[in-house]
Amino acid sequence: MKVTSRFEQGKFVITCEVGPPKGVEIKKILDELEPLRGKSDAFNVTDLQSSVMRVGSLATCRLLKDRDLEPIMQLTCRDRNRLSLQSDVLSAAVLGIQNLLCLTGDHPKLGDHPAAMPVFDLDSVQLLSAVKSLMNGKDMAGNDLEGHPPQFALGAVVNPGADPLEPQIIKMAKKVEAGAEFFQTQAVYEVDKFADFMKKVKYLNVPVMAGIVFLKSPAMAKFMNENVAGIHVPDEIINELAAVPKEKRVEKSLEISARLIKQMKDLCQGIHIMSLGWERHIATVLQMAGL
Amino acid sequence: MLYTENKPIGEVLESLGAELNIFLLGCNGCAEACETGGEKALLAMKAELEKAGKKITCTCLIDFLCNKMLVTTRLARQMDKLQQSDSILVLTCGIGVQAVSKVAHDLIGGKVVHPAANTVSLGSLQGLWPSDERCQACGDCALDYTGGICPVTFCTKSLLNGPCGGAKNGKCEIDPEKDCGWQLIYERLQKVGRLDNLKKVRTARDHSKMLPSSELRKKTFYDIENPA
Repeated sequence: MKVTSRFEQGKFVITCEVGPPKGVEIKKILDELEPLRGKSDAFNVTDLQSSVMRVGSLATCRLLKDRDLEPIMQLTCRDRNRLSLQSDVLSAAVLGIQNLLCLTGDHPKLGDHPAAMPVFDLDSVQLLSAVKSLMNGKDMAGNDLEGHPPQFALGAVVNPGADPLEPQIIKMAKKVEAGAEFFQTQAVYEVDKFADFMKKVKYLNVPVMAGIVFLKSPAMAKFMNENVAGIHVPDEIINELAAVPKEKRVEKSLEISARLIKQMKDLCQGIHIMSLGWERHIATVLQMAGL
Repeated sequence: MLYTENKPIGEVLESLGAELNIFLLGCNGCAEACETGGEKALLAMKAELEKAGKKITCTCLIDFLCNKMLVTTRLARQMDKLQQSDSILVLTCGIGVQAVSKVAHDLIGGKVVHPAANTVSLGSLQGLWPSDERCQACGDCALDYTGGICPVTFCTKSLLNGPCGGAKNGKCEIDPEKDCGWQLIYERLQKVGRLDNLKKVRTARDHSKMLPSSELRKKTFYDIENPA
């Protein structure tokens, strides 16, 4: 199922994220998705997220399909050249994967193999073009594909909290031109800023899904403010979380996320939840947000 | 100027292995300024090698090991010492080490060479330019598109359609003290009134342009010694 079909049906789309393990015992993370069956329209499977070596997205996506869960395969430009990227796209189609999300990827220096060669043969715009080309029956070098071409719902990412914002929006437009059909954003905590961003990109006429990351603690919020590009948790929210005793923290955190979802529901076309270990709380948040 | 840094002495000694007779050769050019070559580094290395039980057959300092005429004439005077040596330890950049290897081959049929330094890549060539602009000789110059700021050397990921989502406060995700190359490009394009350039989709780089073509390799311009 292409996730774009849900947007076309006018549904408010919900996606969650799966981070494959650093090891081969994969059953656990797959089991954790069961409570979300029927609640999340699809599941992003990350591609060596944060440049940490782990099980690949392609294999994990296939395992989701085996369990009748809809995967969105994330594909970064960090590790593979254009040959293997295009190859993995064809492999994904062969394995029944219908959704791709193309992104640049974190630099290896940020991960657990900092000495690794950074490939970046393509950037995210060029990767989207390459996939689009495959969907039109030709590879990047102009060679015809044999048989009918693969088809995907093509996604990309954007950072509404980027400063300056203008180059992000210019690039978002290029991604649309290259073939991106839907966007997922970095985590949003400032609804006004997000509303402003949505106004600026309305002309692109593409579905946008707001990123949701649960704030596990005030320390996590502060850490993200200092270290993660494009994320800003305003002081009012940090203080709100800090004001409750530790036993009440989870509840308060979910309440904050649910409130953000309610406030942004009418501004965008869906939400993308990056639960970072709190998969068991997603169903609660969705319920609290009236979804 | 080619920038070099000393290899750790342990690494140098490991490369010498069981060799006993070492010809010590230092460069008095760029390496002298980097303190990887020059008289001081040469004498320090001599002390280290002798401490490790090595016998130094010759301690030689040559201005610019990349000056072929100079290297050949100076080493030609030390042929017997070269013959006596198990290897040559060269205190200079990658060009100099390759130069010594070639001259040793021309003079005496070859001799093992060991580099004592790493040629640190700062994003490559700068000619005589004193600031931090670098050229990586990609063969497909994008400077027209980016307002004169190189995306290959200034962007850590060498993106042609930047920025990525990792820049924070105009700094690169790998180092909060490193400017985001695409932030610099954005500001420069604004200043010169060419921000619209950013709207053009830049197609994937042709990496084969970095390889010198076989035609180019035959030209005397590329290799003055080429008999063609």
